[in-house]
Amino acid sequence: MPVMSYIQAVTTALREEMQRDKKVFILGEDVGKKGGVFRATDGLYETFGEARVLDTPLAESAIAGVGIGAAMYGMRPVAEMQFADFIMPAVNQIISEAAKMRYRSNNDWSVPMTIRAPYGGGVHGALYHSQSVEAIFANQPGLKIVMPSTPYDVKGLLKAAIRDNDPVLFFEHKRAYRLLKGEVPEDDYVLPIGKADVKREGEDITVITYGLCVHFALQAAEKLAEDGINAHILDLRTIYPLDQEAIIEAAKKTGKVLLITEDNKEGSIIGEVAAIIAEHCLFDLDAPINRLAGPDVPSMPYAPTMEKYFMMNPDKVEKAMRDLAEY
Amino acid sequence: MTKKRHQELDLTDEQVLEMYKTMLLARKLDERMWLLNRSGKIPFVISCQGQEAAQVGAAFALNRKEDYIAPYYRDMGVVLAFGMTAKELMLSAFAKADDPNSGGRQMPGHFGQKKNRILSGSSPVTTQVPHAVGVALAAKMEKKDFVSFVTLGEGSSNQGDFHEGLNFAGVHKLPVITMVENNKYAISVPYDRQVASNNIADRAQGYGMPGVTVDGNDPLAVYQVIKEARDRATRGEGPSLIEAVCYRLTAHSSDDDDRTYREKGEVEEAKKNDSVITFASYLKENEILTDSVEQRLNDEITKIINEATDFAENAAYAQAEDTLKYVYEEK
Repeated sequence: MPVMSYIQAVTTALREEMQRDKKVFILGEDVGKKGGVFRATDGLYETFGEARVLDTPLAESAIAGVGIGAAMYGMRPVAEMQFADFIMPAVNQIISEAAKMRYRSNNDWSVPMTIRAPYGGGVHGALYHSQSVEAIFANQPGLKIVMPSTPYDVKGLLKAAIRDNDPVLFFEHKRAYRLLKGEVPEDDYVLPIGKADVKREGEDITVITYGLCVHFALQAAEKLAEDGINAHILDLRTIYPLDQEAIIEAAKKTGKVLLITEDNKEGSIIGEVAAIIAEHCLFDLDAPINRLAGPDVPSMPYAPTMEKYFMMNPDKVEKAMRDLAEY
Repeated sequence: MTKKRHQELDLTDEQVLEMYKTMLLARKLDERMWLLNRSGKIPFVISCQGQEAAQVGAAFALNRKEDYIAPYYRDMGVVLAFGMTAKELMLSAFAKADDPNSGGRQMPGHFGQKKNRILSGSSPVTTQVPHAVGVALAAKMEKKDFVSFVTLGEGSSNQGDFHEGLNFAGVHKLPVITMVENNKYAISVPYDRQVASNNIADRAQGYGMPGVTVDGNDPLAVYQVIKEARDRATRGEGPSLIEAVCYRLTAHSSDDDDRTYREKGEVEEAKKNDSVITFASYLKENEILTDSVEQRLNDEITKIINEATDFAENAAYAQAEDTLKYVYEEK
């Protein structure tokens, strides 16, 4: 089975979907000749041509809005926001339009569009190339938000997003792009949107997280295992709507739950996960629900001292997991 | 014998009479909705009055079997011309389950009907402009020869989506026609407090497309410029911006009182150019709208509106639990 990086899995999924369905096309800034600033669309312009790998003017609301119009007609646009931080001008199009189209038209119109965006820090990107923006969109029924953690999941979930008949936000951790490698089958497989995935079985503590933090938790879990502490790790994969069943099952399994996000703590995804556990698992818990998250400051600073302070890493995760195990 | 204006545009007597009928139906439906609102039967009205000529003139210049439209909330004349019925508009006014626009979910004026290629609209203004551009992009990609047509008010032309959408269309030479219905007011704020350029059409220059200002009270003049724009679009020459200058004859909506910001005399003056009256005069001068035809039209429209009102008033609301339907695709 071929081993590929996280970003190669993105490119592979795009290429395969464009080969499979002529309605699929890409639009975004610098996605054409350049192949994207991260090279996620590398080589696609050469294969599929200018019309299907469309360099747009530098205007995010138009990228989203033109994509919505094309999707309403019956195309399958895959829009790229160059950085998740730059999605803000498109928020009105995404929340007022894409998310509500099916509902407001009483199922007459729909928006089968995927919006991809690199998010996350740890790459010296400072305030506006480091953010986790998912919480802004995670109370908007009509949207689905996918945040994969492995190359295998990237390929299967991106294909699912493109084939989905509703709008999907697909956030890719930019530090994971070249950091993470893994086996990715050559066959045409699709993973279900809306389903979390157990990434490690364990009996002592439960860690629920998503994206790059899944790897920090897996690394920490190996160290804890040396001391006889076995961590159960649930990867949310889809962070909206949440897989409640899987969250409840994972929390009940050990009764000790640590929730991790790279985002600012207050109002983040894991607050909702905590509420689900609080509602359903009160008598199964042996410790307070723990949350490990970024500080409540506007964004990640540039200077390495402050960036490191903000950014999640395996050491922070290991400490939090150890503290919980000892509770 | 010199040709009449509509004949110069290759429009038959029957076609211009149909245009007039559509304008009159829009006007009378709108008036009925105000009565229903003031008698407490429907919660909200937002009017087309004063803009019917621009709306109907434009719609008749399009291919009403193939083109896609992204209308804004005043475009009753456009959607009627594109196949939405009086009954369907009344179902929307009464927020009934069979309203094809939204099943009673949206306020009236938020048009949408897939079978007639009417894109669903929302309340944040101008979001429909990039949607129409997206449909035009699809037309180009799929090598189809339909066009998309999008409308908005002059105040809305200040939004970023106007700029982003038109620039995108200009760069990629897409078959989209944008028509700004300049009715002089964005709720209470007049044109000179909204727009810095002398007219909206001037803005087209920045987007590399033709910009034309036309008398929005003259359906034939609007027909002509939209027809030319459509011909350009289907020849692959790209988008156009049309500004139809009209006047909003009513308050912004049933919740607005326009006496607080404009003089009554100004409205009275504008009514002298009311297109429903001036176009009727043109048709009478040319013996198309004879007394007997006018009587028949009025009777027919009154009957249509009465039936639509009764039908919609007696129609069922959606079930309360229908609130939960259609957030996502239901398989």
